Amino acid sequence: MGEFKVHRVRFFNYVPSGIRCVAYNNQSNRLAVSRTDGTVEIYNLSANYFQEKFFPGHESRATEALCWAAGQRLFSAGLNGEIIEYDLQALNIKYAVDAFGGPIWSMTASPSGSQLLVGCEDGSVKLFQITPDKIQFERNFDRQKSRILSLSWHPSGTHIAAGSIDYINVFDVKSGSTIRKMIVDRQCMGVSKRKCIVWGVAFLSDGTIISADSSGKVQFWDSATGTLVKSHLIANADVHSIAVADQEDSFVVGTAEGTIFHFQLVPVTSNSNEKQWVRTKPFQHHTHDVRAVAHSPTALISGGTDTHLVIRPLMEKVEVKNYDAALRKITFPHRRLISCSKKRQLLLFQFAHHLELWRLGSTVATGKNGDTLPLSKNADHLLHLKTKGPENIICSSISPCGSWIAYSTASRFCLCRLNYEHDNISLKRVSKMPAFLRSALQILFSEDSTKLFVASNQGSLHILQLLEGSFKHLHAFQPLSGTVEAMCLLAVSPDGNWLAASGTSAGVHVYNIKQLKLHCTVPAYNFPVTALAIAPDTNNLVIAHSDQQVFEYSIPDKQYTEWSRAVQKQGFHYLWLQRDTPITHISFHPKRPMHILLHDAYMFCIIDKSLPLPSDKTLLYNPLPPMNESDVVRRRTAHAFKISKIYKPLLFLDLLDERTLVAVERPLDDIIAQLPPPIKKKKFGT
Amino acid sequence: MVDEESLRVVRCGGSELNFRRAVFSADSKYIFCVSGDFVKVYSTATEECVHILHGHRNLVTGIQLNPNNHLQLYSCSFDGTIKLWDYTDGILIKTFTVGCKLHGLFTVSRSEDSVFVIINKEKPDIFQLVSVKLPKSSSQEIEAKELSIVLDYVNQSPKCIAFANEYVAAVRDFYLSVYFFKKKTTSRFTLSSSRNKKHSKNNFTCVACHPKEDCIASGHMDGKIRLWRNFNDDKKYTYTCLHWHHDMVMDLAFSVTGTSLLSGGRESVLVEWRDSTEKNKEFLPRLGATIEHISVSPAGDLFCTSHSDNKIIVIHRNLEASAVIQGLVKDRSIFTGLMIDPRTKALVLNGKPGHLQFYSLQSDKQLYNLDIIQQEYINDYGLIQIELTKAAFGCFGNWLATVEQRQEKETELELQMKLWLFSKKTQGFILNTKINMPHEDHITALCFCNAEKSEQPTLVTASKDGHFKVWILTDDSDIYKKAVGWTCDFVGSYHKYQATNCCFSEDGSLLAVSFEEIVTIWDSETWELRCTFCQRAGKIRHLCFGRLTCSKYLLGATENGILCCWNLLSCALEWSAKLNVRVMEPDPNSENIAAVSQSSVGSDLFIFKPSEPRPLYIQKNISREEVQWGVFVPRDVPESFTSEAYQWLNRSQFYFLTKSQSLLTFSTKSPEEKLTPTSKQLLAEESLPTTPFYFILGKHRQQQDEKSNETSENELVQLPLTENIPAINELLHTPAHVLPPASFLCSMFVNSLLLSIETKSAEEIPEDIDMEEEKESDDSDEENDFSEKIQDTNDPDLGEDIIHQLSKAEEKELRKFRKVDYSWIAAL
Repeated sequence: MGEFKVHRVRFFNYVPSGIRCVAYNNQSNRLAVSRTDGTVEIYNLSANYFQEKFFPGHESRATEALCWAAGQRLFSAGLNGEIIEYDLQALNIKYAVDAFGGPIWSMTASPSGSQLLVGCEDGSVKLFQITPDKIQFERNFDRQKSRILSLSWHPSGTHIAAGSIDYINVFDVKSGSTIRKMIVDRQCMGVSKRKCIVWGVAFLSDGTIISADSSGKVQFWDSATGTLVKSHLIANADVHSIAVADQEDSFVVGTAEGTIFHFQLVPVTSNSNEKQWVRTKPFQHHTHDVRAVAHSPTALISGGTDTHLVIRPLMEKVEVKNYDAALRKITFPHRRLISCSKKRQLLLFQFAHHLELWRLGSTVATGKNGDTLPLSKNADHLLHLKTKGPENIICSSISPCGSWIAYSTASRFCLCRLNYEHDNISLKRVSKMPAFLRSALQILFSEDSTKLFVASNQGSLHILQLLEGSFKHLHAFQPLSGTVEAMCLLAVSPDGNWLAASGTSAGVHVYNIKQLKLHCTVPAYNFPVTALAIAPDTNNLVIAHSDQQVFEYSIPDKQYTEWSRAVQKQGFHYLWLQRDTPITHISFHPKRPMHILLHDAYMFCIIDKSLPLPSDKTLLYNPLPPMNESDVVRRRTAHAFKISKIYKPLLFLDLLDERTLVAVERPLDDIIAQLPPPIKKKKFGT
Repeated sequence: MVDEESLRVVRCGGSELNFRRAVFSADSKYIFCVSGDFVKVYSTATEECVHILHGHRNLVTGIQLNPNNHLQLYSCSFDGTIKLWDYTDGILIKTFTVGCKLHGLFTVSRSEDSVFVIINKEKPDIFQLVSVKLPKSSSQEIEAKELSIVLDYVNQSPKCIAFANEYVAAVRDFYLSVYFFKKKTTSRFTLSSSRNKKHSKNNFTCVACHPKEDCIASGHMDGKIRLWRNFNDDKKYTYTCLHWHHDMVMDLAFSVTGTSLLSGGRESVLVEWRDSTEKNKEFLPRLGATIEHISVSPAGDLFCTSHSDNKIIVIHRNLEASAVIQGLVKDRSIFTGLMIDPRTKALVLNGKPGHLQFYSLQSDKQLYNLDIIQQEYINDYGLIQIELTKAAFGCFGNWLATVEQRQEKETELELQMKLWLFSKKTQGFILNTKINMPHEDHITALCFCNAEKSEQPTLVTASKDGHFKVWILTDDSDIYKKAVGWTCDFVGSYHKYQATNCCFSEDGSLLAVSFEEIVTIWDSETWELRCTFCQRAGKIRHLCFGRLTCSKYLLGATENGILCCWNLLSCALEWSAKLNVRVMEPDPNSENIAAVSQSSVGSDLFIFKPSEPRPLYIQKNISREEVQWGVFVPRDVPESFTSEAYQWLNRSQFYFLTKSQSLLTFSTKSPEEKLTPTSKQLLAEESLPTTPFYFILGKHRQQQDEKSNETSENELVQLPLTENIPAINELLHTPAHVLPPASFLCSMFVNSLLLSIETKSAEEIPEDIDMEEEKESDDSDEENDFSEKIQDTNDPDLGEDIIHQLSKAEEKELRKFRKVDYSWIAAL
């Protein structure tokens, strides 16, 4: 594996924002997650829970509701009163429609998917018709006194349950009038609260309405008579959310105590048809409020203020033991937030609304393997670059030479020139960006920092020639005719000849920069690409996919390399394939062409192509072989995958030079420490 | 007859009431619980023991109501039989012999002719749940050999098996097995048993089935309760957790309707989970000790909990304790030893933590608890508690002295002596004096001067600090001169040796204090050292003076296994014997002294008089285990054993306590006869509730039966005279308005008188033969030496041989004499 001096960076003060809504789409097996800063992320549950797409947040667009409608169209609504539809191909916002009812608290699509219902601050429930390219306001339902916090359609589409403050309404869709009003008990553990907010309702096909409210109750109502059937007190705090399985045999609720409870419909006795709802298992995977839950056929999905997205599989529904059978906790985005200038030892950290530039510390001390060396010069915070406007940064990059920084929001692209005069840094913004560079999904500098590659959200790739203080637009690769898919990942060869770009689903395109034309397309693969890199000298393109497969493709030969074929023939170690976080970065050792460095959030690995591949019987995670063993034994146990799990959660790892690594960690405890305090619970024995 | 008369070691009460779940009768009037070899029937309203069902020859391990007749009760035992009882009359109806040890019993209403038992057939720790077909037959003793295995490899405890109508659930280690009767299939659900902290205590501890729904509740080591549902689907099964207990769930029970679940554990709190929801629960706290079992009455109005301190609490549906049935508390180690309260004749020993219990040997129940330490007991592992280490009664039960200690570290000893005065007004002990640190070190012995003539109560304490202290009662400078208290009068020591024992002579004139190997004799008037004895045979472990005619002797047992007897008049060693004495107790009513020695095979009992080194009686192997304490209990009614070997039992009875805390005694009678008269009377009244007419007739018939039955006739005659003739009893005890016509009573009365004359005449005739017999037995005694006598008891054949030498006619005669009551001679 070789010995490295490692910069262990822990000053990346990144705090993901809390999860507000979760919406599961059964058709495409995708999960939409919206965060409190307005970011919407799409996870592909079929592709090993990879975060495929994301829509950057916006300060004024706090989403309160998220839903899939009409097949695979994604809508969100928020406190600014707008309903937004997202373009899942071009990765931008299609349009926004004001509902004119004040802040929108809830939204749900009809079972047929053709209508959209929103509940507003002013107590109105508004019905929208979904047309192929827009939504059309249809009518208002009977206006209520207070805000509508939750909505649920009856599966037949004829009735609607609406949760408000202190009561639940049942509307008839045809007439739009209230037919039942069910008052919710305000009492909570014997204490009368001022209000009882119905945070969630679910309308079942047998007419049962399940409500989750702020006094910690989950209640079952009979909508035909408007009576309370059963009440489960499950928490001392709010029950925030509810999600019912499609079969209506189980549902999940999330509480402000961080617990999610699973309820199941079980037969009372084995030989009778009578069934009852029983609270079965509680799951405590969150430390803070669970704001949103979803119920996929095989898993319970929950997200909350503590920023984790937790996918808890239902073991009885999982047929075979694969990725789906494992509990997952997704905390960090599956994309790079950090870029590195190797020459000047600079790290650029991307936050939601600003960038930070740090110079790494240095040491003169030496030590044995495993020693922590004292710093002779501390890491320096060089620059704090704030963006203008309410929009979040989509992507950012620093040039390898360290003199250029580029970033982009949804409406602005910004390129800055940095000048270093001893310890002083001056920043000069390059003005007059062309109109086609309004926003970018990915930015990449060439190895010699003379060229800038920008993947714009129209699906085109732009090449800019960087000059001292200005730039020149060289070329734009237009997307292939008929596709509008945006490119999200870019890789350039160190000699500057080749550019590889990959979208969310289609294959990887390789462009010849010298000739400015498409060189070839790597055959498409079922799983999305998570990382790309082109090796120096050989110009082999290394591609990591979300199912943990790694391919090596020779660009000059336009075919997979021998090694890649050998790997595919033998297959990866089963433990390698069972890892649940995607590889987010690939790099190469400048002096050892047989090595590939890659990492995910919990390990980094050096693949030594000269060594034999591990079979399923050998240990994958072998610790460093003991020094006292003979060379023969060491050679026999050695295999191509050298894995280290020292640094976790690992957000970025790269080689600065032959003997130096930089690893950026973000301990979860540091994130928890920056969150608001959770609801205090008495713990037994304390 | 010889067998009948031979001394046997018998368990005398004090057996565990909490060994198995108690069972309610269908009308909740009675509660049944196993108690050693018996089944006891208690009234739930009065806490009184109504019947004792005896017939099993070994520990009773399970009881269940007969599901087809709720007036009958099944019981099973280690002796391999299932017995069916009529509990209202206390009659054994049938005995089914299964043949192997039965560990638990279950009945199901669905299967009419079979019950389920836990057995272990092949290997010692592999238990099986089998169904036993009970054949229908009119005979009393029936073989039931038709066994079919339901579940293999189950837990030994019946708490781990629960029956519902359609299935049976059994838990063991980390899995739950459910056997469905209809499908005849077994499903098994396993919990994670990994070593990590979260799952390491997932072990199942108990199980219960919902009476109405398909729901199984299981208790776990970590205090969780899991409610399993959908378990007829191997994949879709699911469970809910209820967690309140912080320690192992000891037992679970559903209410009759299934709306609530009861659970209990070491917290001593009964938890009622309503609607099986975690937030809706009710508590009944402060039940005193770990809840071992919970049972629910079929009528649904009562619950009961069995506790580790041998107590059953009957609880109303609204969670209010209504009755407490308390047996002998055997929870902890006994420090105080066995004592007899001179007033109540109750056995006194350590009870609940910090308490002294008064246990009535006659009625086998606890009379009361005296809280000595008077501090809240915190039940937690590793906590060093205050221990009640010594107690002694003095002045005919007027005074009680107790010593409690707590030692956290080597140097930090907390010691307290309390003196309690019996208050006639409250009929209880009242704390009079509390002495902090009476000694610098552990108190090793405590004794009152119990001489009749002594006007001033005197107490002596001996301690490891090398001193013995004499405490006397003085007036406590109260202005009215009414208050009294104890003060130290004298401190004695001997060469800084540790004082290990102290003992007053019977008349109170001498005090013997042993200092390690040396015995010192002090004059109790002047507290002068009179003389010392030193045998250099190891530290003195026990010390006692002889009584009555033997009061000139002092006995000492040493740790090196030497028993010494000193003559106080000659100040010389009278005799010594090699005997590793564990327990040495003088009989307060005779010269006899009982010594229990410990050897590798078991404990042996020796009864001797200090005046002669040859023992009166030897019983080998009275117990496998170490005997820890013993005590002589004076008899209310003296027995009259003619045999010299048993004469020591005439006036007192010897009780002893083994290491496993079973209270044992010696008896010549069969267990049926051991019943006390009061409970027998109750039994008669209970079993014949119909008409007094029938009552009298029944009694009459019984008498006639007795004529043929020699043993019971024997018993009849032995009872003291007039008041024990049943006919007269009837006449006097039956209320006048229910008495039958006088003409009928007259004949009966005369009949009864006739009977007694018969026996009396038999009594008078054989006086001279009696002498002969005695002579003969004397002869045989003379022939056999001391050593041979041991053989005699060792080897009963030899003894039988001697008696077989007598002709049959003589034997018959002899038998008659044994029956004869000589108490009338005493009355002369």
